[in-house]
Amino acid sequence: MEITVIRSGMLTTVQDLGRTGHRAAGVPLGGAMDPVALRVANLLVGNPEDAAALECTLLGPELVFSADTWVALGGAEFEGLVAWQPRFVHAGERLKLGAARRGCRGYLAVAGGINVPPVLGSRSTYLRGGFGGLQGRALRDDDVVSAANAVRRVHDHWRIDARILPDYSASPTVRVVAGAQRDEFGGALFAAEFKILPQSDRMGIRLGAAKLVRIGGGGELVSSAVAPGTVQVPPDGQPIVLMADAQTLGGYPMAAHVIAVDLPLVAQLRPGDRLRFAEVPLEEAHQLAMQRERVLALLHEGLAQKVR
Amino acid sequence: MTFTPLGDSAVVVALGAGIDEEALRRVRALTALLGGDRPAGICDVVPAYATVTVFYDPGRLAGARPYETVCRYIAERSRNLEAEAKKKPATVARVIEIPVCYGGEHGPDLGLVAEHCGLDAEDVVSKHRGADYLVHAIGFAPGFSYLGGLPAKLHTPRRPTPRVTVPTGSVGIGGAQTGIYPLATPGGWQLIGRTPMALFRPDATEPALLRVGDRVKFRSITAEEFAAWK
Repeated sequence: MEITVIRSGMLTTVQDLGRTGHRAAGVPLGGAMDPVALRVANLLVGNPEDAAALECTLLGPELVFSADTWVALGGAEFEGLVAWQPRFVHAGERLKLGAARRGCRGYLAVAGGINVPPVLGSRSTYLRGGFGGLQGRALRDDDVVSAANAVRRVHDHWRIDARILPDYSASPTVRVVAGAQRDEFGGALFAAEFKILPQSDRMGIRLGAAKLVRIGGGGELVSSAVAPGTVQVPPDGQPIVLMADAQTLGGYPMAAHVIAVDLPLVAQLRPGDRLRFAEVPLEEAHQLAMQRERVLALLHEGLAQKVR
Repeated sequence: MTFTPLGDSAVVVALGAGIDEEALRRVRALTALLGGDRPAGICDVVPAYATVTVFYDPGRLAGARPYETVCRYIAERSRNLEAEAKKKPATVARVIEIPVCYGGEHGPDLGLVAEHCGLDAEDVVSKHRGADYLVHAIGFAPGFSYLGGLPAKLHTPRRPTPRVTVPTGSVGIGGAQTGIYPLATPGGWQLIGRTPMALFRPDATEPALLRVGDRVKFRSITAEEFAAWK
């Protein structure tokens, strides 16, 4: 089945859950900025959770499908398609996503998954490296991407329970665990409200409005591994939350790390939105992560009855 | 050997304090000990100058205390670390020779570096290719190697404003470091040459040409040899 791109939208890329196991070669994890939204959108159309989908940013694409299929949108809410429920699309039908009404990044899953050649075990697009996804780049007008032909039977009249979804907000309190240099920044990280700056991208969400000053000046650090979620503080004092396409090593002080279950909240922030940080113990972060896995496993099981 | 959490999905094992060969020997030994088959939930092992970081997925690890589980796993695997690190390299370090066309269009900052160092361009080239380098870390970008061993005479500050695009294969100097840009990326290092050799191939099983612990030698080639390189 072919999907023709009439209008590509602002930044639409093929993403899955990223490439694991290649950090030693300097290859970022990559993949969906909001992995929970991708996983749920996939489940809604009967795909494996890690199938590749289209990550749409702020302004969605307009697409034509060459065969009957099912699609579902997760994450941000866009004009033109109700989020979090499967929608049947007829062959030849135009599906037009408009502007995002809430959140920043939506995941359009298509039954069968977007079919591009895997690179280093993943179909995700790594824009800076120029590989993965569709020729290593964002979709353009007139592109054609393929999806497996997949026949699905979807039973009507049900909704997924909103309580299992991340608690998206334009001004969230994001939970973090302490970073190695937390104490060098005093309590400033938790006292301030930060604003999302427009220079934010898939590599990092840049924060402004408040600056963090390293007490005592601190010494230069020897570069070591960083990860999506790491809150690093460059010398200008404006923190950066590293995201999916973050480099593998870094040498800036690390004030904190956003916990895995709250990283989707950061992925959905737009320039001008605000956030606060709150610290939790590592054990709590792990309990929350395991709880989310249990909930997603239940959803998987439940949907298997409704989407075949 | 100390363990520190890196967020809720990784453990940093510190094996030294600075950038030296002793720390690197231990980093290499631990990376090797953690290689091979990994239990479900251990996702990645990342060596750097003086640390090895082990990534895990708390949802997929067995047991209720993921951090302790991973630390125990690392401790068990590294029981022989000191002996391994002291061993006269069981695996002799690989020496990778990298052909570089110095100066001209491939090394637009060679003159600037020469001026800063108070040397002729030729001296810069002969000192740069005469030295032995050691790969301390791979990161920043896919396949980008941090090389130790740049002669002190060649230390040159980064450019005040980074270039928007540095051509693939460019060899640069940034402060006390030298390295090769494997992909066309933005970059602030002074470019003194360029290699036609591919340092990163996303379609290969082992995509990065260089590994932590490799020795690197540069060999000077002409612009014609660069153009003819396959």
